Amino acid sequence: MADSEVVFRVSRYRPESGGRPTFQEYRIPYRSDMVVLDGLNYIKDHLDPTLTFRWSCRMGICGSCGADVNGRPRLTCGTYIRDMRKGAVTVEPLSNFPILKDLVVDFDDFLDKLASVRPYIVRKDWGDLSKEYTQYPEDVDAYRQQSLCINCMLCYAACPVFGASPEFVGPAASALALRYIRDTRDDGAAERLARLNTKTGIWECTFVGECSVVCPKEVDPAAAIQTLKFLATTRHMRRLLMPGSASR
Amino acid sequence: MERTAFDLVIVGGGAAGLRAAIAAAELDPDLTIALVSKVYPMRSHTVSAEGGTAAVLRDYDSFDLHAQDTIKGSDFLADQDAVEYFVAHCPQEIIRLEHWGCPWSRDEDGRVSQRAFGGMSVKRTVYAADKVGFHILHTLFQTSMKYEQIHRFDESFVTSLILDGGACTGVVAMNLRTGTMAAIQGKATILATGGCGRVYEFTTNGFIKTGDGMALAYRAGVPLKDMEMVQFHPTCLPGTGILITEAARGEGGVLVNKEGERYMQRYLPGKMELGPRDILSRAMIQEIKAGRAFEGPYGPYLGLDLRHLGEKRINERIPMVRELAEKYMGLDPVHELIPVRPGQHYIMGGVSTGLKGETALPGLYAVGETACVSINGANRLGSNSLSECLVFGAACGLAAAEFAKKRPSYPRGATAREALRKEEARVFDGLLGRERGKETVAGIRVEMQQLMERDVGIFREESALADACGMLAKLRDRFAAVGLADKDRVFNTELTAVLELDFMLDVAATIAHSARDRHESRGAHSRTDFPQRDDANFLKHTLAFRTDGAPRIDYLPVKITKWQPAERKY
Repeated sequence: MADSEVVFRVSRYRPESGGRPTFQEYRIPYRSDMVVLDGLNYIKDHLDPTLTFRWSCRMGICGSCGADVNGRPRLTCGTYIRDMRKGAVTVEPLSNFPILKDLVVDFDDFLDKLASVRPYIVRKDWGDLSKEYTQYPEDVDAYRQQSLCINCMLCYAACPVFGASPEFVGPAASALALRYIRDTRDDGAAERLARLNTKTGIWECTFVGECSVVCPKEVDPAAAIQTLKFLATTRHMRRLLMPGSASR
Repeated sequence: MERTAFDLVIVGGGAAGLRAAIAAAELDPDLTIALVSKVYPMRSHTVSAEGGTAAVLRDYDSFDLHAQDTIKGSDFLADQDAVEYFVAHCPQEIIRLEHWGCPWSRDEDGRVSQRAFGGMSVKRTVYAADKVGFHILHTLFQTSMKYEQIHRFDESFVTSLILDGGACTGVVAMNLRTGTMAAIQGKATILATGGCGRVYEFTTNGFIKTGDGMALAYRAGVPLKDMEMVQFHPTCLPGTGILITEAARGEGGVLVNKEGERYMQRYLPGKMELGPRDILSRAMIQEIKAGRAFEGPYGPYLGLDLRHLGEKRINERIPMVRELAEKYMGLDPVHELIPVRPGQHYIMGGVSTGLKGETALPGLYAVGETACVSINGANRLGSNSLSECLVFGAACGLAAAEFAKKRPSYPRGATAREALRKEEARVFDGLLGRERGKETVAGIRVEMQQLMERDVGIFREESALADACGMLAKLRDRFAAVGLADKDRVFNTELTAVLELDFMLDVAATIAHSARDRHESRGAHSRTDFPQRDDANFLKHTLAFRTDGAPRIDYLPVKITKWQPAERKY
């Protein structure tokens, strides 16, 4: 079925050789059902085994294979070459992260930020450990959207605020904070809002909205951050007006 | 300085490894735990599990019934004491996950929902839409962040186990970011690296599923059990091998051939599409051979029909099926058939362990798909594997932690330093130093995958299996000539691919040899030259031991408690 060729321009960076990232071109046989990841794997297996990138599930759920494709952050396993503009397919590492090698970037900073928003159920009293907590379908619907984040980091690569100030907690960690705040089983809203209501928290966000545009799972982190701003403000107002009121 | 000696070293950050880590951390906050994974834990292949996780939660169900379904599904090769422990502990694991925030789908009354699954005689499968593995993995990973005593070594590739005085005392691992090796010592070590699907060409498994933990244990002298028992899932997308969950059938989807006929009525009228996976996969091959399959660009396929379910139910219960079909096949299952064919999905076999994951090597444990405890026998029922990771992950984490607590001092540093020097010499001076020649890692990998697919697939017979055993030995010889183009230390994925292929060649040989020596058909192991089950000679587990040549095959009795082997009729 290979009926033609496609040119891949891939960013190369090899720390042990020094220097800055450069582009290398590869010509690969093209099929209409190929995704960008197939092209990268063709290069790795047939043309240049030194090309370095991450991938695993190739079904858009593990979040490993994000890269900038033709200037936009995407999952390479879900990006069809046929949907690219005519001409070369340009693949670069996700923006705003330190590059380790070729397309591989360092996400450790995100994991620290994720930990800082306490991405787990916080409760004072766990009750009877042998019984499930009651949660109605609409309770699950309240946080379902934010719970779908696969940590692929496309939103951080798209976020100009994170690009300019790397301390910004960022879209995915904020969305996951809201996911737990909205969970009826959780009592940790106050601690999370306190973390987010800081100089490196949600107020950094200028509502550019690019994070929600590039999100492959429709988590809509931009809306999540707006909601968190609202929650932080009402909580602050309530404390001013009613000192000692409940924090939730 | 980063800590290098721990009470517990866990290799693998999927459901089983994370559950073990949390269990140990909860047992004793003073325990130090290393969680070593070759990927960031949230990339682990647990993430791809779709349909659900089994547990007895309602009055209409019972432990006996879950056990009986599992044992019958296993074609009586499961160890019944392990199954009894398993079914009794599934409910509490579902509830633990629930308390940790897992977004289980709920009934109108606020209780956790359950759906039908193949081989389960009642609705027993708990789910979170059809992203169950994803939600379990992220819930466990995020919950693990509560525990400061869990030290993560993300993107560290374990190359060997450290052995000292007949016990396992940790691992040697290559940090992919720095390209350096380190010894990570542990009083106890748990292998939880998942399966080995990438030894086959057409598999639902992710790229990272290369049998690492199985090969690590095997090389340390621990036998691999029942490796011939490989599960082929009936509904995979042609071309990519992407899985379409069994929940699609659990929710009412049906399978049809090109004549529009629900062909399962010919093979399993009592269960139709909700039969166990081994039977459904064989039926598909038979339909293909009979010329009743559709023909597509990637060969023959059958049709999975969800159209009668309607858009609302599809969106609510199995949204990822629609997402995957739209994205990867360019079709909408609300209006069209989904093309499907069988593909490698799971291996029932693995590192031979006891009930708490303990192996024959003191200090070494294994759990999850890496291990064979065995609850799955010759065929695993869908939705038992996530539960297995949770139940035995917790049990194994506790057992390994107790083992570690009984050892007052850390293992000897001298042995670890010696093991580290040996691995640096083997990997950096040896493998990395090899110049590129005729043999490439991709070339040998593809040959291995194709021969496993062809000769050790759904239907098997003596001459093909003998060929496979011989070919794998030849590939092993040729592997010695694989050279590398990438000489850098930092994030050298060509080097990790060579190490993974090295592991896979060992694992593939145990599969082929175990299959060749089992002269019967049982569960997923279908011999056309021995079509009957043979309890007189083969109601026993296969054990494959490493030697300098072909694996040595031995056997172990199956533990029967109260379900006597009977004909597996549905």
